[in-house]
Amino acid sequence: MPAVQETVDRVRQIDVDQYKYGFVTDIESEKAPKGLNEDTVRFISGKKNEPQWMLDWRLEAFRRWQTMREPTWARVHYPKIDYQDAYYYAAPKAFKAPKSLADVDPELLRTYEKLGIPLKEQEILAGVRKQGEPSQLDGDMMEGMRSSGRVAVDAVFDSVSVATTFKEELKRAGVIFMPISEAIQEHPELIKKYLGSVVPTSDNFFATLNSAVFSDGSFVYVPKGVRCPMELSTYFRINEQNTGQFERTLIIADAGAYVSYLEGCTAPMRDENQLHAAVVELVALDDAEIKYSTVQNWYPGDAEGKGGIFNFVTKRGDCRGKNSKISWTQVETGSAITWKYPSCILRGDNSRGEFYSIAISNGYQQVDSGTKMIHLGKNTVSRIISKGISAGKSQNTYRGLVTAHRRATGARNFTNCDSLLIGDQCGAHTVPYMEAKNSSAVFEHEASTSKISEDMLFYCQSRGMSAEEATALVVNGFVKDVLQQLPMEFAVEAQKLISISLEGSVG
Amino acid sequence: MSLLEIKNLHVEIEDEGKKILNGLTLTIEKGQVAAIMGPNGSGKSTLAYVLAGRPGYAVTEGDILLDGESILEMEPNERAAKGVFLAFQYPVEVPGVATMTFLRTALNAQRKLRGEAEVSTPEFIKLVRDTSDKLGISQDMLRRGVNVGFSGGEKKRAEILQMAILQPRIAVLDETDSGLDIDALRIVSEGVNRLRSPERSMIVITHYQRLLNYIVPDVVHVMAKGRVVRTGGKELALELEAKGYAQYTDEAA
Amino acid sequence: MADVTPIKTPAEQALAAAYDGARGKLPGQGAIATLREDAFKRFDAKGLPHRRVEEWKYTDLRTLLRDALPLATPPDAEAKKTSQGSGAVFAALNPRRLVFVDGAFVPELSDLTPEKGLSVGSMADALLKGDALVAAHLGKTFESDDTALALNAAMMGDGAVIRIAAGTALTRPLQLVCFTATETSNYTRSLIVVEKGAQAQIAETHDGCAAQVNTALELVVGDDAQVDYFKIVATRGIHVGSLMMSVGRNARFDTFVLNQEVGVVRNQSFIRFEGEHSTGAVRGVNLLRGEEHVDNTLLIEHAAAHCAGREQFKAVLDGESHSVFQGKIVVKPGAQKTDSKMMTRALLLSDKAEADNKPELEIFADDVVCGHGATAGALDPTLKFYLMSRGIDEAQAEALLIQAFIGETVEEIPHEGFRDAVMVAASAWLKTREVKA
Repeated sequence: MPAVQETVDRVRQIDVDQYKYGFVTDIESEKAPKGLNEDTVRFISGKKNEPQWMLDWRLEAFRRWQTMREPTWARVHYPKIDYQDAYYYAAPKAFKAPKSLADVDPELLRTYEKLGIPLKEQEILAGVRKQGEPSQLDGDMMEGMRSSGRVAVDAVFDSVSVATTFKEELKRAGVIFMPISEAIQEHPELIKKYLGSVVPTSDNFFATLNSAVFSDGSFVYVPKGVRCPMELSTYFRINEQNTGQFERTLIIADAGAYVSYLEGCTAPMRDENQLHAAVVELVALDDAEIKYSTVQNWYPGDAEGKGGIFNFVTKRGDCRGKNSKISWTQVETGSAITWKYPSCILRGDNSRGEFYSIAISNGYQQVDSGTKMIHLGKNTVSRIISKGISAGKSQNTYRGLVTAHRRATGARNFTNCDSLLIGDQCGAHTVPYMEAKNSSAVFEHEASTSKISEDMLFYCQSRGMSAEEATALVVNGFVKDVLQQLPMEFAVEAQKLISISLEGSVG
Repeated sequence: MSLLEIKNLHVEIEDEGKKILNGLTLTIEKGQVAAIMGPNGSGKSTLAYVLAGRPGYAVTEGDILLDGESILEMEPNERAAKGVFLAFQYPVEVPGVATMTFLRTALNAQRKLRGEAEVSTPEFIKLVRDTSDKLGISQDMLRRGVNVGFSGGEKKRAEILQMAILQPRIAVLDETDSGLDIDALRIVSEGVNRLRSPERSMIVITHYQRLLNYIVPDVVHVMAKGRVVRTGGKELALELEAKGYAQYTDEAA
Repeated sequence: MADVTPIKTPAEQALAAAYDGARGKLPGQGAIATLREDAFKRFDAKGLPHRRVEEWKYTDLRTLLRDALPLATPPDAEAKKTSQGSGAVFAALNPRRLVFVDGAFVPELSDLTPEKGLSVGSMADALLKGDALVAAHLGKTFESDDTALALNAAMMGDGAVIRIAAGTALTRPLQLVCFTATETSNYTRSLIVVEKGAQAQIAETHDGCAAQVNTALELVVGDDAQVDYFKIVATRGIHVGSLMMSVGRNARFDTFVLNQEVGVVRNQSFIRFEGEHSTGAVRGVNLLRGEEHVDNTLLIEHAAAHCAGREQFKAVLDGESHSVFQGKIVVKPGAQKTDSKMMTRALLLSDKAEADNKPELEIFADDVVCGHGATAGALDPTLKFYLMSRGIDEAQAEALLIQAFIGETVEEIPHEGFRDAVMVAASAWLKTREVKA
């Protein structure tokens, strides 16, 4: 297969050279003492001035965590993590939660500017830059978002939220969008009611660890009947060395509310592995809808598989009310290891869960990702579209569970997971579990694995495209169903990112 | 006594509670061919399904009498044995069940329920062969699963084949003309006309007058909003063709 | 936690005691005795497979096997007599019957008339006296660390040792007739070697008392060989059957399993394509009701290029039955041009039945076409109504649709006699089915 071989070789070579978010921000930071014990938990809680109940909650999780073992069922292999050899809290020195954007450390603003994150709402509000007008920076990850619409951003830098934009405007609409550390102070009743209600503190090893040491993250509450007036987003950045990031996101859409939320992440290139163990909880009440989109671009490690982020994330949405809907869309291109299963609990009658995923692995990346659709309510519907692309020496696994419980009459699921292999050194795996426990459930599942079509590549090349361009085109066709689920501006960026992950200079 | 009497029939879709038929009253005499016309959504297909006993519809009021006997409590197969036949607008594909097996099982089941003897195999094969030849249905089609891989026209012809084999007393043809070109329409209509007899009644449901050029009705009923709003002779169909349904949708409002 | 060994269950303790008691009496010395010891150690370390063992996720033998029945003793005259009607489902094929009662080979009930190219013997004899074929293949056809298989290796008593010499085409099917006359436990291990270019049809039937049977068959399919293997499990009690198969070059095999009127059944197949250009099909049908539990678990390994595999399983579930399908297709590095398709479908007739499907793909070669599909659902009400609207009553309408559902798989069976036997068995099942009002 000479035509393909050329592409394969090219894809194999490109790797971290293409990772353009690998810079380090030179900012002095304050860290918790290295290691993990109850004092670490108290330190983090103290830094946040947390009330006693929050500290108790953390300590209980920590004690639970000490009795737990790291899960081994996923198809990922990594050296044993020494949980005592890491920092669990890092914040820019003398950091105080900024009152307004004007108070944010200019160094941080520059970092986010470099990453292409729109923190300057004044600029946008003041019309300094018009919609669609190009930014002065190239290759911004969220360039599209910035230029074509207003997006409120919560920027999380290591362990703290450094800025949140459009807070005031959102407040006028009744939407609460703030760092979770502030929400614990300002909205304890909501936190007490919902935190841990979707992902219990004892849920799994990484979620329990997160419950003990989470430092910051975003909190969203959209009140009854409100359609959130703009897209919300959080941008996660790991900067500090040897530091884990444990953020916690909680989004609640009250009855009839709607919110679309975007998440992006990057980290500097470092030789050691860094742990990212986040928890995201979504709650949709009656007739509410939450759309959660992720573009995950953590540092994947270098060409030899050195370094990179270990991404162990628990994301779960609870369709708690009738007719509620939760939709997960993810584009996974980064991380050395991805262990992540954004799931939906379809509790409310007629609720709907969706999972759209593109997972691309190259180099030595290992991806084990998928979803769980748990049908509890009547006439619940779920849909899973997963597209995995393996290249280089990577391993890419889809793992999913669809289950319909006894009382979930009329449950429906459709699953499609396709894998594409580029080169003969990688692996593509599919592990779906389907559990039908009542006769009115209808499950349909289809999966396929194939290599990238030589015919298609040849056809494209015969029309004048290079092998890389042809590959990018075919891959984009392969993932089209999922890209369509992303907010438009995001989709354009994701498409570029896919090309970069696989193709180097194309895009 | 009339063959079929539908009295003040109220029907809604189960679960949804959406009301489709609103006190429909209709009488079909023995040997009569009645056309039912009406705009989309007037309840024509619901009437067809309710006559055949399709699950999912709740009769909240009224009755359907066949030979003076209510059929509302009967299972679909019991109604079939009593002589009710529905030619489906969208005939269902039944993969894995060969058409021949299906026809024979159906015929013998009906005969059994009526206390009649089963037909012998040679007799049955001859019956099917003669009828299918006239309808242009190949032996190959008969060997395939019921309606599986049939074109739209073939499916409609296969429905008429079933009707010819099962010899119902009241046949309900639900939009049998939909999706047929002029040649197929002729074959199907001829098949239906061959089955006209003083002992057999038919309800021909259609949106267009075209079919009624081929199957000439004795009477035409107009349905709107779940009721019969007008009854007349075959000339009524022509009037509808010329004027459209607008007046009825307004009248019934 | 997965790696913590819990306290031994009474059944596990009884199994250990049974092994202890039988140790000196089980056939075979030297290497065989060592093999047994090693196997038992492996079993003892992990215990009975349970739900935290991924491959046994849906069949928790630790819970299902509450008490271990005593080991079967050699069958007496009465036991042998009751076995007469066993495996009659294949009578029409006039098979060569090799009869096993409570796990022991019964030569006087077996058809041992000579046939050119065929040799048949007892595994107990082979283990006692030493046998070149057994020495060459036993435990090597497909190595696995499955604990149920380890228990079989430790306890294996008897079985068949069959060789079909190169180029031989058997004139009639072989049938391993496995009958349980008593409510005991037995462990059989058979070895069938189909040499280069040979052709064989092999049936295996299990019926009789509610016993506990752990049976394993090693089936070696040589280059250019053609094998049809057909198994019917129709026995209460607990049946754990393992098929280990290696497939040579340019070979063809078809396997089928029918589970019907059972207690708890686990059929696990470990199949490896070792030579290029071979094709194989693995199919099965479960017809279940009551509290029956059937688990068909496959591991299909493509270790050679240019092979094609087809797997298709259907389950019809009534009552509170439970059907499990786990199928893993592995394409090893270098097994290019592999063409593999897997389909599993469950038809749920009752709200209390449960169907679990887990089709897996594990692919390490890029030039392949692999896929799987799975569905679960009830009978289509539209189809049922259509049939009923033509005068067919509900029971018959359902029977027709169920027949059509399994027919899709059954009709793929290349061997006509085997195919007919399934249809006969299936219609018997359908006739005794009660339709809910």
